[in-house]
Formats: sequence, structure tokens, C-alpha cells
Amino acid sequence: MGLATQHKKLEKNINLLAIFSFIAVSIGGIVEIAPLFWIDNTIEEVEGMRPYTPLEQAGRNIYVREGCYACHSQMIRPFRDEVERYGHYSLAAESMYDHPFQWGSKRTGPDLARVGGRYSDEWHVQHLEDPQSVVPESIMPKYSFLGETPLNTDNAFDMLVALRRVGVPYSDRDIGEAMADMILQADPDSGGDVEDFQQRYPKAQVRDFDGDPSKLTEMDALVAYLQMLGTLVDVDSAAAQERLAEEKGR
Amino acid sequence: MQAEAALGRVALWFVVLVLSVILAGTARDTGFAAHATILGILAFVMIWVTASRFDPLGKAQGFFKMPEGPSRYDDDPVRWGVLATMFWALVGLLAGVFIASQLAFPQLNIEPYFNFGRVRPLHTSAVIFAFGGNILIASSFYVVQRTCRAQLAFPALARFVFWGYQLFIVLAASGYLFGVTQSREYAEPEWYVDLWLTIVWVAYLIVFVGTLARRKEPHIYVANWFYLSFIITIAMLHIVNNLAVPVAWNGSLSFSAFAGVQDALTQWWYGHNAVAFFLTVPFLAMMYYFVPKQAERPVYSYRLSIIHFWSLIFLYIWAGPHHLHYTALPDWAQTLGMVFSVILWMPSWGGMINGLMTLNGAWDKVRTDPIIRMMVMAMAFYGMATFEGPMLSIKAVNSLSHYTDWTVGHVHSGALGWNGLISFAAVYFLVPRLWKRERMYSLRLINWHFWLATLGIVFYAASMWVAGITQGLMWREYGPDGYLVNSFAETVAALHELYIIRALGGVMYLSGAIIMGYNVWMTIGGRLREEKPMGAMPAYDPDKDRPIAGSASPEPAE
Repeated sequence: MGLATQHKKLEKNINLLAIFSFIAVSIGGIVEIAPLFWIDNTIEEVEGMRPYTPLEQAGRNIYVREGCYACHSQMIRPFRDEVERYGHYSLAAESMYDHPFQWGSKRTGPDLARVGGRYSDEWHVQHLEDPQSVVPESIMPKYSFLGETPLNTDNAFDMLVALRRVGVPYSDRDIGEAMADMILQADPDSGGDVEDFQQRYPKAQVRDFDGDPSKLTEMDALVAYLQMLGTLVDVDSAAAQERLAEEKGR
Repeated sequence: MQAEAALGRVALWFVVLVLSVILAGTARDTGFAAHATILGILAFVMIWVTASRFDPLGKAQGFFKMPEGPSRYDDDPVRWGVLATMFWALVGLLAGVFIASQLAFPQLNIEPYFNFGRVRPLHTSAVIFAFGGNILIASSFYVVQRTCRAQLAFPALARFVFWGYQLFIVLAASGYLFGVTQSREYAEPEWYVDLWLTIVWVAYLIVFVGTLARRKEPHIYVANWFYLSFIITIAMLHIVNNLAVPVAWNGSLSFSAFAGVQDALTQWWYGHNAVAFFLTVPFLAMMYYFVPKQAERPVYSYRLSIIHFWSLIFLYIWAGPHHLHYTALPDWAQTLGMVFSVILWMPSWGGMINGLMTLNGAWDKVRTDPIIRMMVMAMAFYGMATFEGPMLSIKAVNSLSHYTDWTVGHVHSGALGWNGLISFAAVYFLVPRLWKRERMYSLRLINWHFWLATLGIVFYAASMWVAGITQGLMWREYGPDGYLVNSFAETVAALHELYIIRALGGVMYLSGAIIMGYNVWMTIGGRLREEKPMGAMPAYDPDKDRPIAGSASPEPAE
């Protein structure tokens, strides 16, 4: 048989075998992934998206550190039950500044893509300290140590620099003020310019999050992150934009 | 060893020790400091080992001893690999039972280090990369020598691969407990651990290809095609997916080079092909060597092996987007992923058929040889999982199954059934040969292991099917009033008993592995259990188990 005799050449030559294998495994990835970087409708532009504030990003780092993705998704699918349970389905643009993405793959707990503003800060703090005290059926671990761990603010500057290197559009001023912004957002009385901060980060929520204004803790950062999830984009106007895009045939 | 060489090595390790002390002292987070400390302890031990090994009269002994001569296969890295496989299997399975119990009884979470979110990646990495990785490296070193009739190339580098890989595992696993993680599934290790693995992996490629180049057989055996494409593809996936910018050179935190949609698809291109090229392709290589050997029959079809090899590696790469159905990933990519996943069913079953049909004329051995029985069950689970996978990748099915425990059950019928059982069978094949024993200490204990593992998987998979479908249906259940019936908390409460059954399944599977550990331990100790024989086993002949040494190869090796 022809195939078998042809194949014998590959079987006798390591280089050929390696090159052919590499070609075979490269094609799929190139065809599927590469276009996402240049097809312009991969991420529809929506109004309201902005980079995370330093405090929110610090909270996000804690979310990543604790492996929350193992049980919580951040990706609402366009089904009636999901939209009614969690809110408008997730848009690609809403995770455009997520390094890394945290869409998740398992819902042992509920989706968190639009958890922001749904519960009070007090609820979040109590829930993180002792989940079963607010939701008896919950099987979530306790995270009470967050309230006792001071937030590391020294990293703020380098964190934003690194994020700018991977493409998040922080301005020089954002980066210069990173540490001050981080402290300011959880303590508006610290003497910073709240108005200027909110101009650079629209819709940023400025208050003490963990119920203890005397210190800045990891609890402050995580709650600040949870309370902003899904709050940036006005989904109704985004839906209107999407209809427009469909009419244009994009 | 020469005095200069010993002194040089001590100096080198001393530099590593000093560097790690500096890193530990200036680290920005406790995780990075802990990792620098681990490295420092290792360097200290190495200084001590190197110094105590310096023996101007005798030759090097112990852990790092080199092959005895050209007339023997170089099996020390394989022996160490088999022991590491056994050890990490127990660690990984124990971690699995622990986190499964946490889901049934959340009181078992011990914050912060032993919360579910930190232990879960430890479980997945320990079973996939530590248990799976070690048996793959060990078996590939064993198989490539036998099928090439040549000694392992670059013996020192092969030893570096083994120990370097163990360091990777220790850094990755301990990192998760300290919160050092990228939180990208199956690619959790941070940037510096990734860099280290890259170095180890390149060394692995060099040793493997180097050995292929020394082969005394003109043809490269089919198992080696699978091993080779595994090593090459994992290198590609690992490097591209882990592109990241660290926040500081002395801190563990880094940010992925990609964001959102692009990050999601890159990650699942990697994630699904970790399943393909870590948990399927090289395990098929093991099947292609160990099944014919144990059954003493040739591989069923040479042509089928060609067709299914090339179609499998070509098609698998496309399947990643089925992890992102109905997400913000563009529709065309999702559909492409689904179509290729369904097509993938065929080459997957091609492999299974080629393995199972190898037993043609030897089916009676399923009755008499518990190792063959284990291999057959492994291939059956491979067939089942590779049918279930394409089914779950169909968008309509996926809309129900995604985000539920069905996926978890699917993964485990593949991992416990296919990867676990074929690895255990390979270890049972290897241990008597590597330690020059007549047979395993006890065949009856292998039989116990087989039944405990099989029953454990049944408990696991069945409970997760029920849990997944229950969960999926409860989430989308509407009452006659047009409102959702169940709160999320109610869907969690509904799974409690199923989570207990799953944990029990895990305990059974773990008990089987503990029995295996005992069996391996006794075999290495040179003991033979007196028991009623279960049937004839292929005898081990140490005279045949050696490379063709000395003379030039019959055909020049390209």
C-alpha cells in the first residue's frame, strides 16, 4: 500500500517525523487563535469600560491568589435562566482588561460577573468571614483572615507598570498616583483628591469597604473588586450598539 | 570523581545557596520567599551530598550513579521515575479525597492554606503533572531504549530531567498553598516555575531525540512517534500559553500577556491539549508498548496506527473552543471547536480498537492475568471517555452540562479509568523488570487493586452524572408562574449526598493505590507472596533485556 511505504520515510527519519508532527499540531491553533487578534468584531467596543483602579486590581489579585475560579464563573451565557438569575449576558469587552481572564469553568457557587452592587459591603464581609452564617447551605470556605491581613500597597506602582506592558492603557499619572489611589479609594478622608480620582476612574466607588476605617486590609480590596464587577458597562446601551452593529453587517 | 570536579560542583551549589538566600531576603511575598527557601535547602543538601560523595578511591555511588556499561540499559532514571510515580499518585489521590470531602463537609477547610481554592490546583497538578508526568518520563526512557535497542543518550542530562522535574513539582505544589498561582486552569504555576520547566523540558527533548538518533533499529517504533509529538507539542503549548510579564524580578506575581477573550482561547487551546498531548497521546504510547508486551501479541494494525496517529494529533488541537460554548468567544470559533471535537471521536476510537484488538488470540489472559485485565479496562474507559467528550462538546448538550459536575465526572472517568489504570498496569509491568524480580510480590493484590479502582470509578462517575444533570436541570427549572424555581443555594444543598458518594469512590480508588504501594514495596524488597497462582505470566529474561552494544548499526541512523 502506498501510504504505508511513504510513511516508512518518516519512520526512519527523526527530523522529518518531528517536523511533520509540529506542522500537524500547529495548524489548528493558528487558524483559531490568530484571527482573534485582528478580526475587529471579536471585541465590540462598549462605553464605560475602563482599567481597574489599583485597589480593585489588588482585590482581583487576591481573587486570583485564592483560586476563586475553581468554583465561581464570571461569564453569563445568553440563556433566559442565566440572564434572569445573574443579569445581562457577558460581553467580550467586559473582560478586555482581565489579565488573566477569570471566566471559570465550574459553578460550585454562583456566577459573579455582575455581583457588584447586589449585596451590601457588610453582607460581603460577613459572608467572606463565615459564609454559612448568611447562607446556611453554602459549602464555601471561610476567608476571615482577609480582614486581618494588611493590604500590600508597596506593589501598586510596579503592578500598574506591568499591566501597562501587557496593554492596559494606564496613563503616566495613574501609575504615578497608584499607591495614593489605592489608599484613597478605601479611605476618602485620607486627604487625597477624590474628584480627580473618579475622573480618571469613572464609576469608581470610594469608601471604607471592610467596616474598619482604621486600617487598609485585603478584605477592603476584595470587596471593592466584588462590588465593581459588572457595574461599568451600561448593558442596555451596549445592546443598542450591538443591534446597530448587526444592521451594519459586522 | 576528580577533586576539581567535586570542588567545582560544591562551589556551584554554594552560589545557588547564596542566590536563594538573597532572593528569600528580598522577596516581595511569602510564597516567593518560601520557594527561595526550598531552593536554598536543596542547594545545602546538594553541597553536603557532593562533598560526602567525594571519595578519591571509590567511584561515584548512590542516587546519581551512571550506567554500568554499554551492555546494559540505563535504567536508574526509570527506577527513580517509577518510585516518584508511586509517591505522587498517593499524594495526588489523597489531595483529591480531601477536596472531595471539603465539598461535602465545608468544615474541613482550614484557612488560608488548606482552603478548597488553594488545594484544588494542588490535586490537579499532583495527579496530572506529578503522577502522570513521572510515569510518562520514566516509561518513555524505558520504552525508547528497548525499541531503539540503544542506551539512553546523555545520561547526566537524563538525571537532570528527573530531578529538575521533581523540583518543578515541589515548587508548583507548594506555591498553590502559599497562593502563588496564575489561576489559569492546569497552567497555574507562576512565571519563574514556568521558566524552570521550560529548561527541564528542553533537556528532556534532547535526551529523547538523542536516544532515537542512536537507535540500532532502522524504524522508529510507533510508541516513539507518540512520545515525540507529546514532547514537542507540550513545549509549544507551555511556552505560548504562559507568556506573562512579572511585576518584579523578586516577586511571584505576574500578569498574562493576553486578556479576556484572547486569554480565554489561548488558555483553553492549552488546557484542552494538556488533556490531548499530556493525558492521551503519550499514554497511547504506553499502550502501544506495554499492551503488546504483556499480551505477547503484535500490535493489531500498523496502518491503523499511522492513520489514527496523524489524524489524532492534527484534530485534537482544534477542539479547545468547546470549553467556551455560549461565552463571549466569537461563534465561529465555538462551532469550529465543536465540529472538530465530534470528528475526534473517530481517531480516538481508532486508538482504542488498535489496542483492544491486539489481544486477539489472547483474550483468555483477561481471566488469568490481572495486569491485562487492568489494561483492557483502561482502554474501555478511554473509549467511553472519548465518546462522552465529543457528546459534551455538542452545543445543545453543553448548554446543560457546562459549569456542572458532569464535566468533573467526565474528566475523572478519563483520568482515573484511562490514565490511572494504564499507568498502574505499566508500573506492575516495570517493577519486576527494573528490580530484577521474578514477578510482582502478589498477583492477587493486583486483582484487589483492579476491583477497588474500578468500583471507585463507578461510584465517582455515576454520582457526578446524577449531580451534573440535577444541577443543570435545577438551574433552568421554571415554575408555572414563569419564575425560576430554585435559588442557587438550594441547588448546592441538593448535591450533598452525591458529594459524599463521590468522596467514597475516591477513597476506594485511593485504597487500591495504597495496596499497590505495598505490593511494589514488597516486590522491591525481594519478597514473593505464596499464593494460589492466577495463571501463567510472561517470564522475565534478563539476558534478552539489553541493547546491542559495540558494533556499528546495520543501517545508518538518520
